Amino acid sequence: MTVHTMTVHTSRRGFIQGAAALGAALVVGLDTRGALAASAEATALNPFVTIGADGGVTVMIKHFEMGQGATTGLTTLVAEELDADWDQVTPAFAPSDNETYKNLAFGGQGTGGSTAIANSYMQYRQAAAAARELLVQAAAAEWGVEPSAISIENGELVSGATRGNFGQFIEAAAQLTPSEQPALKSPDAFRYIGRDKLTRKDTAAKIDGSATFAIDVKVPGMVYAVILRAPRFGGQVTGFDASDAMEVTGFLDAKALPNKAGVAVYAKSTWAALQAREAITAEWDFSAAENRGTEELVTYHRELLDAPTYQAHKGGDFDAVAQAVDAAATKVEAEFLFPMLAHAPMEPLNCVIEPTEGGGVRLHDGCQFPGITHPALAQMLGLEMSQVEINTVYAGGSFGRRATVTADYQAEAAMAFDLLGRETPVKLVWSREDDIRGGYYRPMAAHRARIGLDAEGAVAGWDHHIAVKPIIKGTPFEAALVHDGVDHTSIEGVGDSPYTIPNMSVGLTDADTPVPVLWWRAVGHTHTAFVMESLMDMAAHAAGADPVDWRLRHLSGDSGDHKRLTGVLKLAATKSGWAEPASEGRARGVAVHKSFGSYVAQVAEISVDADGLVKVEKVTCAVDCGVVVNPDVVRAQMEGGIGYGLGHFMRNQITLTEGEVDQSNFPDYEPLRLTDMPEIEVHMVASGTAPTGVGEPGAPPVGPALANAIFAATGERVTSLPLAEHGVSFA
Amino acid sequence: MTVSFRLNGETVSVETPPDTPLLWVLRDELDLTGTKFGCGVASCGACTVHVNGEPVRSCVTAVGDLDGGEVTTIEAADGAAAKAVQAAWRELDVVQCGYCQSGQIMSAIGLLSENAKPSDEDIDGAMAGNVCRCATYVRIRAAIHRAAEIMEA
Repeated sequence: MTVHTMTVHTSRRGFIQGAAALGAALVVGLDTRGALAASAEATALNPFVTIGADGGVTVMIKHFEMGQGATTGLTTLVAEELDADWDQVTPAFAPSDNETYKNLAFGGQGTGGSTAIANSYMQYRQAAAAARELLVQAAAAEWGVEPSAISIENGELVSGATRGNFGQFIEAAAQLTPSEQPALKSPDAFRYIGRDKLTRKDTAAKIDGSATFAIDVKVPGMVYAVILRAPRFGGQVTGFDASDAMEVTGFLDAKALPNKAGVAVYAKSTWAALQAREAITAEWDFSAAENRGTEELVTYHRELLDAPTYQAHKGGDFDAVAQAVDAAATKVEAEFLFPMLAHAPMEPLNCVIEPTEGGGVRLHDGCQFPGITHPALAQMLGLEMSQVEINTVYAGGSFGRRATVTADYQAEAAMAFDLLGRETPVKLVWSREDDIRGGYYRPMAAHRARIGLDAEGAVAGWDHHIAVKPIIKGTPFEAALVHDGVDHTSIEGVGDSPYTIPNMSVGLTDADTPVPVLWWRAVGHTHTAFVMESLMDMAAHAAGADPVDWRLRHLSGDSGDHKRLTGVLKLAATKSGWAEPASEGRARGVAVHKSFGSYVAQVAEISVDADGLVKVEKVTCAVDCGVVVNPDVVRAQMEGGIGYGLGHFMRNQITLTEGEVDQSNFPDYEPLRLTDMPEIEVHMVASGTAPTGVGEPGAPPVGPALANAIFAATGERVTSLPLAEHGVSFA
Repeated sequence: MTVSFRLNGETVSVETPPDTPLLWVLRDELDLTGTKFGCGVASCGACTVHVNGEPVRSCVTAVGDLDGGEVTTIEAADGAAAKAVQAAWRELDVVQCGYCQSGQIMSAIGLLSENAKPSDEDIDGAMAGNVCRCATYVRIRAAIHRAAEIMEA
């Protein structure tokens, strides 16, 4: 455990009230030195595991739940070390506490980068093991036996014929001190980690309408607000006329935001706010706005490819590589273009902000980055950190959108709340149109690559240029992820490609636009995997090699990366029947990629009908994510990542005309539907390596696997996305 | 003005313009928040409720146009099809973020109430209007088949 210090503040109030209602409790958490400690009172510690008088176990979940399964995963780790019954263990969202509940992968409280299980794996097991140790010691003392004579079976302490509920021993256990390194179970004794079909902890509330999302939160006296935003990114409001909004029943008021980004429209209901906004006209200053259209932006990105600013491949030398490619016997050349993409989580962005006693605020939010949102609200409102509370509730998807370093929508809510005098609770709601047009997109990206193959078909040089707006530069993550000017998220998957590629250079140029950009499920890998895996396919064909064999030839080293990539590639090939030709009218394509520490290979099988319409029939997926904590959650994340990636690779794009977004809602940002979803088979590699992420790594490979299948079927190589806008017609 | 309608077996009255979408009356006035807002243009199905047992998109259904129709929301979903659908959803752990699932479940109940043994084509027809951004579609399809088995048993 690498937690060092602790800050106690009032944001724990909600949990403490809940814990107090249980009466006596055994609380295992961190003391003021950051060491594991036990107490009978939640107020004494920042808890991870709390055991009540009824023997029920509450697990404090430091990550938010956007569907990726964090509540189930972290609860599994605790149930495992406690040998609790699955129904005895309940997750609760942690309060905002940037020290105690920090993501050990980033050093602040937040969810992202597919890190929830990876960074919690030891921490939650240790906390639960400490609770177990104390319960066993307390029972041993009570029963007059050695601790070694006590086992835990389905959540009950057992010694011979004597059995006891956890709750019987919490008071005695709370007086004891846990060891610094409580003994953890050996993997061969795992009962829950790796068990298939452990019912998700969030299923019950999500099938009867009872799960609370931020949009469901209602507090007394609350008003509803929507924002009339500038129709171009970077535009500023100079005036507005709300006189027609007076006709809308329930309309309350309209006020320009202090940052001039728009006008807050207040009403007694969401519908009234939306109707009133329609009736308001505003004037805008677009002098600092993005006024270009997509065609100009494409031209701009292509021009940026010509003269790279940064060398993003270790040891790469632009001139030497260019000469090697020029001299090669065979050349593979391609240019790739990627559109901007919206995340479009199912629950449009929203949050509720309400005043608390003493001039503070409470935010109800599917909060992905409490470590950023909490100080952002304190700073904006001129409050002490202790005056801000965050109540984290279920998030209706995110795919990265709820995590912005500007705390964008929470900041809008804070401004709207402040403009009303800080006494009235405000629910800020985005419509779907706001979401599709609201920016924070996966940036537009362009790649140009030239690969030279020698007479034997081996790579003699790989000259690769990338132009994209950086995501990390200018954010608090810059120190960790920007080196020598290279934003890692611009080049990840290319600049650090695990393939053995002699003589490679990767030139990067940063694009500049007022359009805000953001990590989008799998971040840079959303374009880099498509490029690398298309190029590897093109090179294989140019060399006359089988695409799987060609890849294996460039993954033949002894490194862990090569072994694990080879493992998933062979597994996907075998399970998809790669060695046998596809049946009549069908074709297959393959891709393999490492992202977020996990290794995923996919084979897409498509059919092409007599009219040339393409249907994705099946995706066979192999994943190596180290220890598989929840197999069914891993399977679900692969299914979901494949579906999310597929829909966007097939047909989604955000385009601009004179700076204004052309799309507005699902009819013109058409999501993947049930009728588009292929059959999916997921195979997991058994592993004893520390677990890595699964939320993102399933998404990148499906695009190139599909494009490679289309090439196999038709001979057409599509390198601009979305495919449907560049010559591919889908059934 | 006052609008009255039948909701989950009772008559309710709300003060609202009659052109207000049923979705917002359910959510903001009556605190029945299981029915979700996803698009506002009947394109995603998150707002699906039943009117006289038929799935409808509450985001484009004016509360004043219900015309005596009996509205049922996820909170009151009951009966053989509802029980089978929810059991199958639980058994297959269909949900991820869960935000669309009330609508998915209401559409699935509508389908199974009309057609106890739907084919894949029947499922396509009934469920294509319900978007799931987490792409839980493989499990939605499997769970509908499973629910049909449960109902048959």
